[in-house]
Amino acid sequence: MSAQPNLNAMKPIASPRASLPWGKWGLRGTAFLYLGFMVALPLCAIFQNGFSDGLAAFRADIVNPTAFAALRLTIITAVIVTIVNAVMGTLTAYVLVRFRFSGKGLLNTVIDMPFAIPTLVTGVMLVALYGPQRTLGAWLNSHGVQVIFATPGIVLALLVITYPFVIRTVQPVLMEAERGQEEAAYTLGASGWTTFRRVVLPTITPAIVTGSLLSFARALGEFGSIVVVAGNIPGVTLTAPVYIYGQIESQNQRGASAMSILLLGLSFTLIVTVEWLQGRNRSTYVSG
Amino acid sequence: MSQAEGGRRKRRSRSRRSRLGEWALIAIVVLYAAGLLLAPLVAIVWGSLAEGLRAFAREMTSPDAISSLKLTMEMAVAATAINTVFGVCIAWVLVRDNFWGRRILNGLVDMPFAVSPVIAGFMLILLFGRTGWFTALTDALGIKVVFALPGILLATVFISLPFVIREVAPVLSQVSIEQEDAAFTIGASRLLTFWHVTLPAIRWGLLYGVSLTFARAVGEIGAVLVVSGGVSRLTETSTLFIFRSLDDRNYIGANAMAVLLAAISFVILLVIELLKKRTEQTQTV
Repeated sequence: MSAQPNLNAMKPIASPRASLPWGKWGLRGTAFLYLGFMVALPLCAIFQNGFSDGLAAFRADIVNPTAFAALRLTIITAVIVTIVNAVMGTLTAYVLVRFRFSGKGLLNTVIDMPFAIPTLVTGVMLVALYGPQRTLGAWLNSHGVQVIFATPGIVLALLVITYPFVIRTVQPVLMEAERGQEEAAYTLGASGWTTFRRVVLPTITPAIVTGSLLSFARALGEFGSIVVVAGNIPGVTLTAPVYIYGQIESQNQRGASAMSILLLGLSFTLIVTVEWLQGRNRSTYVSG
Repeated sequence: MSQAEGGRRKRRSRSRRSRLGEWALIAIVVLYAAGLLLAPLVAIVWGSLAEGLRAFAREMTSPDAISSLKLTMEMAVAATAINTVFGVCIAWVLVRDNFWGRRILNGLVDMPFAVSPVIAGFMLILLFGRTGWFTALTDALGIKVVFALPGILLATVFISLPFVIREVAPVLSQVSIEQEDAAFTIGASRLLTFWHVTLPAIRWGLLYGVSLTFARAVGEIGAVLVVSGGVSRLTETSTLFIFRSLDDRNYIGANAMAVLLAAISFVILLVIELLKKRTEQTQTV
């Protein structure tokens, strides 16, 4: 996913041409109607449904043991995955930008794979490798490690799905960062690690945070791969999105709405934070 | 002399050490990426061919598989077309127009990325389901939305909505208004100006957005699963075909379709890579 444009920074330039007012209003109206109908209206429906029986019912829907366990599992796995991504994503971006080696182009392409491959297919692929009857899965099973239909499977699936986020936000920043400072620190006797920690890391930290938040938001909502991999045992390996699916199937719409509102609130907060961070970075670049 | 030699030796040993570190880091990354992304891919190709190419071909030529592939392609093409047209409109409005509510629009564009696909499908059920807001209206018009094709299309459109806008907006903001104005002053109509000046300038960004939209539309499961009801073969997309095959313990069928979808995504991925190089080139020029 490419960096989102910061619209605060893109001030529309007044055009000298005499504009046709109805053409402009037509486009504006189209944008409002399309996004209103496609996005805003469905969101309203969820909120109306979730709070239809009052706040107490909403609270009861969230704190029931199955729902709460699902939410906790989703958040815990998302946090684990985000931490791993922050480290491995940064390392991958650093290796891709700073080092030369054969197969670099291939690696750079393979990293985009999770964006292109359907998440359900990712789940099926993981079962094919780690499933209890498959080669690697059988070997791991005999050593007491269960991946598929257990929490490690959920973490693994999320790691695959969200691998590109940190890389794709850190990479452009690393490319733009001046190498002069790095080389100066190195020449002055700093070790490779010290140089990275003191010179490179401060420059790319905002990008790492942005990428991590994006991968966290993505992990919160993931369904396709998890539904195949997790086994979906209520209270054990049932994640929040799969819980919502179960509630819809068993006609408990209010319960589904309540969990949806909670997830929506979480990921919306994250996305807004990302926008704010990006806006702030851009303005410091401009003023600096 | 000895001092110079010592310095040289020091430098050499140091560069050798950092070289070693460099190779270690590269090895870690390559192993991680290969283990995470390539190993499952190899496993599934292996798994789908386990019973021979004939079984693979038999599964893929079954009427269910073919009809689901056809439906997936139709839905993906339709959703991509809709989102391309509206996406360019919205990107233009967000970049070139200034009015009250622009930031709200901008926030709304991001929502489909923040919403879990299951929630997206659920929202359509709340709007068009048995007790939905619009059910009276659609019933009166004789249209069935949920558990039918219009619902699948709406779900796919929602899920893939932001891509074209998010890829076109930054490119569009770099296109100079002077060129457009020049064309307009010479006497070209607005539509002609857009067609001959704006569109060529944004074409790589647009194509990039279109291929991301298409890839997302082909692979959607959560939203489509909720909306389609999952039972009827008439509303079964390829991902739903995989989902049902797994339920029926038809693992060869599921694996074969998964390999096929993965192959389609790979083609899209290569197109995306090419386009990305193109956009980077045009942006640096």
